[in-house]
Amino acid sequence: MASATIAAPHHDLAPLAHLRGKIGMWCLIVAESAIFSIFVVAYLYYAGKSISGPTPAQVLDVPYFASICLFSSSATIVLAEKALHIGNIKRFAVCWFLTLALGVIFLVETGREWYKLIYHDGLTISTNLFGTTYYSLVGLHAFHVTVGAIGLTIVMLLTLFGAVKQEHSARVSVFAMYWHFVDAVWVVVLSVVYFITR
Amino acid sequence: MAEARPIVPAFPPVAVPAEVAGRRPFVQVLHDWIVTVDHKRLGIMYFSYGIVMLVIGGVEASIMRAQLAVANNHLVSPETFNRLFTMHGTTMIFFAAMPIVFGFANYFVPLMVGARDMAFPRLNAWGFWMTACGGILLYFSFVGGFGLYGAGSAPDVGWFAYAPLTSPAFSVGHSTDYWIIGLLVSGFGSIATGLNIMTTLLCMRGPGMTLGRMPLFAWMNGVTAFLVLVAIGPLTAAQIMLLIDRYLGGHFFDTQAGGSAVIWMHFFWIFGHPEVYILVLPAFAIVSEVIPVFSRKPIFGYNIMVAATIAIGFISLSVWAHHMFTIGMTSYANAFFVASTAAIAVPTGIKIFNWLGTMWGGKIRYSVAMMFCIAFLCQFLIAGLTGIMLAAAPFDWQLGNSYFVVAHFHYVILGGIVMAVFSGVYYWYPKVTGKLLSESIGKWHFWLFVIGFHLTFDFMHIPGLLGMPRRIYTYEAARGWEMWNLIVSIGVVFQILGVLAWVYNVLRSHFKGEIAGNDPWDAWTLEWTTTSPPPDYNFAHLPVVRSRRPLWDIKHPEDPDWKYE
Repeated sequence: MASATIAAPHHDLAPLAHLRGKIGMWCLIVAESAIFSIFVVAYLYYAGKSISGPTPAQVLDVPYFASICLFSSSATIVLAEKALHIGNIKRFAVCWFLTLALGVIFLVETGREWYKLIYHDGLTISTNLFGTTYYSLVGLHAFHVTVGAIGLTIVMLLTLFGAVKQEHSARVSVFAMYWHFVDAVWVVVLSVVYFITR
Repeated sequence: MAEARPIVPAFPPVAVPAEVAGRRPFVQVLHDWIVTVDHKRLGIMYFSYGIVMLVIGGVEASIMRAQLAVANNHLVSPETFNRLFTMHGTTMIFFAAMPIVFGFANYFVPLMVGARDMAFPRLNAWGFWMTACGGILLYFSFVGGFGLYGAGSAPDVGWFAYAPLTSPAFSVGHSTDYWIIGLLVSGFGSIATGLNIMTTLLCMRGPGMTLGRMPLFAWMNGVTAFLVLVAIGPLTAAQIMLLIDRYLGGHFFDTQAGGSAVIWMHFFWIFGHPEVYILVLPAFAIVSEVIPVFSRKPIFGYNIMVAATIAIGFISLSVWAHHMFTIGMTSYANAFFVASTAAIAVPTGIKIFNWLGTMWGGKIRYSVAMMFCIAFLCQFLIAGLTGIMLAAAPFDWQLGNSYFVVAHFHYVILGGIVMAVFSGVYYWYPKVTGKLLSESIGKWHFWLFVIGFHLTFDFMHIPGLLGMPRRIYTYEAARGWEMWNLIVSIGVVFQILGVLAWVYNVLRSHFKGEIAGNDPWDAWTLEWTTTSPPPDYNFAHLPVVRSRRPLWDIKHPEDPDWKYE
């Protein structure tokens, strides 16, 4: 009777288990997209509804340099992934460092922009609806870039200590998905804040 | 009914070392539970946490019903009453119902798909502790709501916390902040658990367990996990906005500065309505396992059940503004949300017919688990019918914010979800503890609770129809509401007795219950192939799944399901 059970070979117990990092990250991206889309909707809904100035047209300049830096970092992280995949740790370290540097430049540029808005244009989060929605949407994105930069720094330090090896390539790729997501969100934020509603 | 069938192979227990077998000190046991990453222990913890919160929320409800039992009553002050209904709603939705359904999913999804554990066991523990701490934060408001120097006060803004009541001007002190942060924190935990369940279903299935062979329990919890991922985020975003308004002087919901109070309602209900399905789909999941086993037939229309579940998942994202007909939306918006709400009744109706089709011609065993399922079917049908009534905008203009609405959604939650949860407890308690629950005490539990439920919630519709608004702390005599309110409150007594019978049953059976064995119900899904309770590693021996009822195939090699699927 018991012979009716067919035992599975041990390595086949969960044939898709190696995909779980990727799927898990996709789930996180879906959840994060839901959060971002509510902030984007709020920004669009309140665009032009402030009852006092300053307005976006008066104070916002398109952050071309910062955006180019952030978008390029998606390319450098792909190069880093490829280098690690074939086991070229040195090239991986260089490309990874470039990614981190580009991310940090983006954050510094955002900081400079906010400094100008706060101290020269007098726009804070409580000035008007534009200020409230602008700082929360751009700030939520900048917060995600910061989290990404912390992750990049940890992997960078591990690489410098020689702890990152070819076999970690899949895990590094999962982290890179998050970084690409943060970049993709910037495409939306940039279009909405600096082009569509300005 | 549970004849000994020697067909399922029994596996010799692993020898326990002598030093482990003895009674261990309490601190060590506690430590094991706190640091555990085992999905079964976390499932039990989720469930137990939810039950404790269910009792707390039930006490709050009972005090409210005592206050409303007679006209012109002053048992509690109006301020206390506001806190009671706020805490009752928040507790029941976020800290009772969600942990309970996550508890079931945590325990049984990996077992049913033949996995060793969830995809991310440590994230699973993190999710539980976030939810647990969120609840503790919410209840800490009783102590710390005005800051540490004064007496506390619980949130009193209602469970959906409409703006501008939550603005700093109208909500002084920190009670609303505890509400916001408690839900924010538990929301992160829920997202983690949703992510984990989804990844487990997609990546951790055992050999041969294709998506088309997954038990409906797994399917429905998968759609729930999807809804958790897309619906909790909007609540999180809205809570962040509210914090910005309260602490940084933002204007999201500040009408004085051009903000909108209505957009809070939209954001809240974009979360709030899918949340109903986050709670009810796991209830459907339980019913879809229990009804076939106790009707001795495979589920009727497996494919259409999966399709209907997915349809509910998507349509539930587009019905939220039916909570807002009374605020005066455009007629186009009203028409859209009336139509989408009516549309979601279709897949739900399909499910009701499929469960009936499963029972039709079956050899039904009226055990307590099945009785709760039958109660679920009748009550959920009525809940759906009053839902369709309320989905018609003009009807809703008349009865929105009345006790009719309160009766309707309690019919869904108590009559539907809680009945399914009780059914699930009677069905799976033997698997989790190795002991059967007593059927005779179970019948007391069933009848007391069902009678109490109907006394309370059938008669609650009537004061609503007579114009009694929700959330009033008392009412004048001679409006024709007194008798109905008294009956409603008397029903609560029966419900309390029913729950006490259940708690007694659970505790008594834990010590004195009949030994269950691996498969007391002669069931067909994978969790019944392993021991009761399952070992840490779940399966010593995992069969290759070839059909939707792997255990049937093992028991009936002469007539396996895979020949026909």
